[in-house]
Amino acid sequence: MTQAPGITLKGQASIDGRPLFAPLSLSLDAGRWTCLLGGSGVGKTTVLRLMAELPTGAKFDGEILATDKTPVTERIAYMAQDDLLLPWATVEKNIALGARLRGQNADAARLDQLLDRCGLRDHVGKKPSELSGGQRQRVALARTLMEDKPIILLDEPFSALDEKTRAAMHDLAADLLKGRTVLVVTHDPGEAARLGHAIYVMTADGLTSVAPPTAAVPRAVDAQDTITCRSDLLRLLMETST
Amino acid sequence: MPLRPVATADGDIDMKLWPPIAATVFALCVWQAIVTLTGVQKFILPSPALVAETWWLNRWVIAEHTLITLNEILIGLVIGISLGVVTALTLASSKTARTLLAPMLVFTQALPVFALAPILTLWLGYGLWSKAAMAVLITYFPVTSAFFDGLMRTPPGYLDLAKTMQASPHRVLWHVRVPAALPNLGAGVRLAAVYAPIGAVIGEWVGSSKGLGYLMLLANGRAKTDLMFAAMLTLGGLSVLLYVLVGKLTRRLGDRET
Repeated sequence: MTQAPGITLKGQASIDGRPLFAPLSLSLDAGRWTCLLGGSGVGKTTVLRLMAELPTGAKFDGEILATDKTPVTERIAYMAQDDLLLPWATVEKNIALGARLRGQNADAARLDQLLDRCGLRDHVGKKPSELSGGQRQRVALARTLMEDKPIILLDEPFSALDEKTRAAMHDLAADLLKGRTVLVVTHDPGEAARLGHAIYVMTADGLTSVAPPTAAVPRAVDAQDTITCRSDLLRLLMETST
Repeated sequence: MPLRPVATADGDIDMKLWPPIAATVFALCVWQAIVTLTGVQKFILPSPALVAETWWLNRWVIAEHTLITLNEILIGLVIGISLGVVTALTLASSKTARTLLAPMLVFTQALPVFALAPILTLWLGYGLWSKAAMAVLITYFPVTSAFFDGLMRTPPGYLDLAKTMQASPHRVLWHVRVPAALPNLGAGVRLAAVYAPIGAVIGEWVGSSKGLGYLMLLANGRAKTDLMFAAMLTLGGLSVLLYVLVGKLTRRLGDRET
């Protein structure tokens, strides 16, 4: 992996002339987790997709810059709420998908290491339909890491999981993605409170920065700071969504 | 298509054995009862018993003609499916091809395929190829259309993922879009298996000296209605068998790995 850069997105977006989000400036610190929290339809997913240069249906007026002045899109790995595992391919082939799509040979040593770290050793030859939701999301995480990119964009990656599995995924992801610049788009205040080095709440008017707890990431679910932060975020979300 | 499928596109027909057998026995009883009760002439409607007897007496002749027709169907299917697959892939991978070819494809489908049968016979003669060509024409479009449709409906999330992985378009086509569209191709191929016998028999009706279609016309012309029924039922049996076999083969497509 190359050195993880910081990224700044500045600008505004509109759909058919109607503003989607007001002029805003979002900075992701290098090698840190930034959580972007917001209700449905405020354009938080659009922000993430703009960074990945994925189709958004919105017109973006602004710029996306990396602190090292080199292009962003070739240095990202992307993970969505839907695990996007190919149902006809085995766990192993799903994890190594990127190399196959680029016509390269997958790094066998890295794949081997990821299988262990994500606890997928026993599932290598299985098809996604044979896995549980948590296992599938671990495969998706392994696939994201297999790309070995310095910038990771996560679009509500754990929201389809039950609470217990989600908490376990937070720990695993925080460990595995250490040192990378991570943007998590989420509607779960608890997720932001546990993982964010920086936390922003997005509304139609722009971004509100919320101070995260001081403890190291991933924060304990039952730490008082985490619980307070989660409640503060929830209150803020409830106030801004009316 | 001017024709309607006789089976559903997804081929999910209940394949339990006893209901169709019971239905067939019931239909045969009704048929026999109509013949017995109305005393209708046997050249108008032969009884099932008479048809069965005729079928048995002529089994070698029927078998010979069946092989001819089966050959036309299989050649037509293989070529029709291959052309359909190639066309769908071309259309899916090139916008230019879509702009140029799509209107032409729709126009050719507006022509009744039956109208082409005499021309095909004129061009390709009375032998195998004019019939195989009919089967090709009639199977080509359902395969193209079903597979192309599948290729254009790849779940957008897969394409997003592929894009962030810097994948080349032809690799996305081969590793993602094609496997994701295989169940659609399977549906198209199953439809093709239903259409192909129709194409071959129409070809035979227009001009031939062999095949089940020819045998039916010959028997009809000589008022041997029992033989005509025997040939027709053989054709029906052949079509069902083909459909079931192709169904079993294509069911695996959705499961394939690349």
